[in-house]
Amino acid sequence: MKLKLHIWRQNGPNDKGKLETIDAPNVSPDQSFLEMLDDVNQALAIEGKDVVAFDHDCREGICGMCSQVINGVPHGGQERTTVCQLHMRKFKDGDEIFIEPWKARAFPVIKDLVVDRDGLEKIMQAGGYTSCHTGGVADGNALPIGKPIADYSMDAAECIGCGACVASCPNSSAMLFTGAKVAQLAVLPQGKIEAQRRVMAMTEAAKENGFGNCSNHYECQASCPKGVDVKFIAKLNREYMKALVT
Amino acid sequence: MSNNIIDQCVAQGVPFARDYAGYLDNRSFGGAQVSRTFYARGQTGQQLLLGAYSALSRQVKAGTVKLFERREMLDLVVVDGVARGITCRNMVTGEIESHWGDAVILATGGYVNVFYLSTNAMGCSVTAAWKAARKGAYMANPCYTQIHPTCIPQHGDQQSKLTLMSESLRNDGRCWVPKKAEDCEKPAGDISEDDRDYFLERKYPSFGNLAPRDIASRAAKEQCDDERGVGPGKRGVYLDFADSINRLSEDTIRERYGNLFEMYEKITDENAYKQPMRIYPAPHYSMGGLWVDYNCMSNVPGLFVLGEANFSVHGANRLGASALMQGLADGYFVIPYTIAGYLAGVKPGEVKDDHEAFKQSADDVKADIDKLLSINGTKTPSEFHRELGKIMWEKVGMARSDESLKEALKLIPALRDEFWKNVKVVGTNEQFNQELENAGRLADFFEFAEILTKDALNREESCGGHFRTEHQTDDGEAMRNDEDFCYVAAWEFKGAGVEPELHKEPLKFDNVKLAVRSYK
Ligand SMILES: Cc1cc2nc3c(=O)[nH]c(=O)nc-3n(C[C@H](O)[C@H](O)[C@H](O)COP(=O)(O)OP(=O)(O)OC[C@H]3O[C@@H](n4cnc5c(N)ncnc54)[C@H](O)[C@@H]3O)c2cc1C
Ligand code: SF4
Ligand code: FES
Repeated sequence: MKLKLHIWRQNGPNDKGKLETIDAPNVSPDQSFLEMLDDVNQALAIEGKDVVAFDHDCREGICGMCSQVINGVPHGGQERTTVCQLHMRKFKDGDEIFIEPWKARAFPVIKDLVVDRDGLEKIMQAGGYTSCHTGGVADGNALPIGKPIADYSMDAAECIGCGACVASCPNSSAMLFTGAKVAQLAVLPQGKIEAQRRVMAMTEAAKENGFGNCSNHYECQASCPKGVDVKFIAKLNREYMKALVT
Repeated sequence: MSNNIIDQCVAQGVPFARDYAGYLDNRSFGGAQVSRTFYARGQTGQQLLLGAYSALSRQVKAGTVKLFERREMLDLVVVDGVARGITCRNMVTGEIESHWGDAVILATGGYVNVFYLSTNAMGCSVTAAWKAARKGAYMANPCYTQIHPTCIPQHGDQQSKLTLMSESLRNDGRCWVPKKAEDCEKPAGDISEDDRDYFLERKYPSFGNLAPRDIASRAAKEQCDDERGVGPGKRGVYLDFADSINRLSEDTIRERYGNLFEMYEKITDENAYKQPMRIYPAPHYSMGGLWVDYNCMSNVPGLFVLGEANFSVHGANRLGASALMQGLADGYFVIPYTIAGYLAGVKPGEVKDDHEAFKQSADDVKADIDKLLSINGTKTPSEFHRELGKIMWEKVGMARSDESLKEALKLIPALRDEFWKNVKVVGTNEQFNQELENAGRLADFFEFAEILTKDALNREESCGGHFRTEHQTDDGEAMRNDEDFCYVAAWEFKGAGVEPELHKEPLKFDNVKLAVRSYK
C-alpha cells in the first residue's frame, strides 16, 4: 500500500509545531502502525533527517506508552485497541492519515508525538494505593472477596494509564482514569478503609495538574483501549459525594 | 515465600481472581501438573507490576523515593573497587548527570533483545548490566536464555517485536501439526483427526501440552524443521481450543482467555474460537545475568542487582510465573534486609558526586556519545540490530552447535567493527533522540553477544534453555554433563575483543541429588 501521512512535528514544548507531509510508499497490511512508522523513520534517517519521535515500549497493548491521535481519534478508533496493536490492514491504499500527539494542557509535548504524562503520575501519587507496608500483611485468604466484586475491581484495573481518555475529552478530564483507580480499590475490603481520603486527594491532584471536569461526552470510553466503562466515573462521583457528606 | 508475595499483592489491592466462596482462585501453568498459580484475568504479570507501581507511588508521595524519569543509566561509578553511583543521560535534554549513593541497585531487566525479535518491550536492553560488567561485575551464565513456546509467529521482515500469548493457554489448548507435510497448506479444519500429530501429547504423555517451556519450544522447532510447520514461512504450530470449547463451552474459554483471543485476532486477523491459533517460540527471558550472592550483591561491593537482571534462582530454566515471584521476592523481602546489613558497614556520604571518578565517568559517557554521532555512516542502528539478531537467532538460538557458535564468534566481531565504522545516528545529543539511545544500547549488545556466545561454546552440555546439538540423547532430549559443568560460569569482561576470564562457582547440592527430570 501507498499512504500519505501528515505527521505532527514539534521540537519541544515551546515550539509551535506543524504538520509535515511524508509519504509511506511501501506499507504491508500485516504491519502494525508503529512498524509502519519504523519504516518511515528508517527512510528519514537514511536521508539524514530528524526521525519522528514517538513513545512506545511493550508494543502489545499493556504498557500504555504509545500515544497518538490518528485521524482525530486517540489510538485510531479501533475498538479496545492501542496504537501499537492497530494494524495497517485497517487502512487502504492511497489513504491519507493524520498523526498527532495527545493534545491536552496537562500533557506538554516533549517532541513530535511524545508527551509528558507526569500529571497522571501525580494523581496516582496522591492516593492510588492502599497504605500497606511491605511485609507483615495478612493472609490473602483471610479477606474473602466475592467473585462479582473481584471481577468488578479487575474491570477497573484494566486501565493502563495511557491518557487517551484525557486526550479525547473536550475538557481534558482525567476522570475515567481516576475513576478506574478509585473504583478498583474502593470496592475491595483492603482499599475501602481509605476510600474517602483517596477520592478527595486524587480528585484534588487532578485539578491541580490541569485536568478538567466531566460533562458527559463519553468520548473517553469510546477511545479507551481497555474498554474501561464510564460507570467508573459515576462510581467516582458517588465516592466523592460520600466523602463530602461524611 | 511465594505465598507471602501473594498476600502482599492482595494487600496492595491487586484484584486476583476469586472463586464463588471468595477465596483466591488458582490454575495450572507450564511445567507444573497441579493447579497452584494465582491469576488476575490473562494479565497477572501486568497487575503485579501495577501493584508495585502503586506502592511506589505511595513512597514518592511520602518523600522516601525520588523519581528521575526518562533517564538512562550509562555508567557505574566505582571508587576503590566499591560502587558509589551512576552516570545518566537525561533522555529529554541530553544532559549527562551524576548521581551518588551509598549503594547502587540495578533492577534493569533482561537482555533477550540481543536476538532483536523477542517478546520483551522495545526499551529492554543489556546496557545497565553491561556497563556494570565493564566496571568489573561478573556476568553469569549468559547463555541461559528462555525461548517461550506460545508466541505469535513472525509475519515478515518488517516485524519489530513478537507477541507472547500467555502460557496459560496451554491449559486448554492442544498443540498439533499435520502428520503429512503436504497437508500444511490446507485449512486446519480440513485435516482429519487421524492426520494430526499432537506432538507434545505424543512425546510427553504425562505432561502433554504443559511440558516445560524449553521442551515445548524445541518440540515445535523440531516439527517445523521436519517441514510440518504451518502459516507464513511454515514456522508455526497449531494451538487448538476446539476440544475445550466443546467440553467447557465457548463462554468459559472466553472468560478465561478472552483478552488473549482478542489480541491474537488484532495481530493475525484470525478468529481463534473458529480456527486454531498459530504459535511459534520466541526469545522471552534471560536466566543469566549479573552474578550476585545470597544478599543480591554482585562481586563489586555496594552494587546490588535484582530481578531479571541478576542470574540467581532459575538456573538454566525458568518455570512459568516464577519471574515475577523472584523479582518481587528480591525487592520486597530480600533487599530490605541485606542492604541494611551492607549500609551498616559504610560511612554515609563518604564519596559524593564531586569525586574525580564521577567527572571521569561523565567524560567517558560523553566521549562515547560523541563517537556514535560522529561516524555518520550509511546504516541505521535498527539495520544493525536486525543483523545482529539474525546471527544470534540462527547460530546461538534454540539449538546451538560447536560449529554454529564458532561461526557466530567470527560474525559478531566483524559486524561490531562495521558498526563502529558505518553506523548513521541522526540528530544531536542535546535533544530527545531515540536513534542515539538505540545506537548506544546496540553497542552494548554487540559486546555482550560475544560473551553470551562464548559461554554457550564453553558449556559442553545441554541443560534447560541451553541446548547443544552435540549433547542429546537418542530421542533428542537434553543431556547434561554434571561431572564437568556443574558450575555457574561467571565471566569477567576484559575489553572488547579480549578473551574474558571465566570464574567457576561450583554448584553444591547437600540435600538433593542431581537427577534428570523426566517429563514423559
Ligand atoms: C510479555 C511478557 C509477559 C510476561 N508474563 C509473565 C508472567 O505472567 N509471570 C511471570 O512471572 N513473569 C512474566 N514475564 C517475565 C517478567 O515480566 C519479567 O521477568 C519481569 O518483569 C522482570 O522484572 P524486572 O523488574 O527485573 O525488569 P523489567 O520489568 O524489565 O524492568 C527494568 C526496568 O529498568 C529500566 N532500565 C533498563 N535499563 C536501564 C538503564 N540503562 N537506565 C535506566 N533504566 C533502565 C527499564 O526501562 C525498565 O523499566 C513476562 C515477560 C514478558 C516480556
Ligand atoms: S481509562 Fe482507558 S484511556 Fe484512560 S488512561 Fe486508562 S486505559 Fe487509558
Ligand atoms: S507500546 Fe505499550 S501499550 Fe502500546
